[in-house]
Amino acid sequence: MAAIAPASVTVRVLLFASYAESLGADSLDLTLSSPATVGGVVERLRALPGGRLLPPKPLCARNLAHADAAEPVTDGDEIAVLPPLAGG
Amino acid sequence: MSYLTAGPIDVAALHSAVHAPDRGGVAAFVGLVRDHHQGRAVLRLEYSAYGPMAEAECARIVAEAEARWRVAIALQHRLGALAIGDAAVAVVAASAHRDDAFAACRHVIEEVKRRVPVWKREYYADGTVAWVDPTAAMQHA
Repeated sequence: MAAIAPASVTVRVLLFASYAESLGADSLDLTLSSPATVGGVVERLRALPGGRLLPPKPLCARNLAHADAAEPVTDGDEIAVLPPLAGG
Repeated sequence: MSYLTAGPIDVAALHSAVHAPDRGGVAAFVGLVRDHHQGRAVLRLEYSAYGPMAEAECARIVAEAEARWRVAIALQHRLGALAIGDAAVAVVAASAHRDDAFAACRHVIEEVKRRVPVWKREYYADGTVAWVDPTAAMQHA
């Protein structure tokens, strides 16, 4: 039996460091119409208050691995938006 | 051993973790907190991370290095408040011979800086505080 694709997907967004300060939150849930991508999540974030401080193409991760903007997202994904890394 | 630690990094313990009778070459890199950044005096700093991904990314980097070279890798990155001179990160690579140890050690630290989600907040002598952005530093160079 073929699975019916849901009309929308809800993802948990994690924000860190300067990006968390810009948006005033370190996590939030976003619901997007399906199909959705990592880049679509970023577009929605940039429309929020403080969101313009995010670059158009920030580093992102999907479910604990680096992901590019074109990567599809599915319901329940954890999408992290990562400021410039400064480890080491 | 966890890749992230809130306490001081014990380089000797990392060495012990990869020490073996058939590994005759050990290369180590230890990154310490510097007292200056782009001409400004730094008093102290704080590292924070996306913990679960940082652990996963460190594990991937170590696995990749151990697949590419005949080497055993120990890696740790410190989080929280650090003082000048504290070890922020350490990589120890042990191999039968020095070539693999040096190559793998260099590769791992470069990949850690490029891929592991860790952020650094610096507190300056002039009272200001800033998130460090290495990409901005490159643009200014």
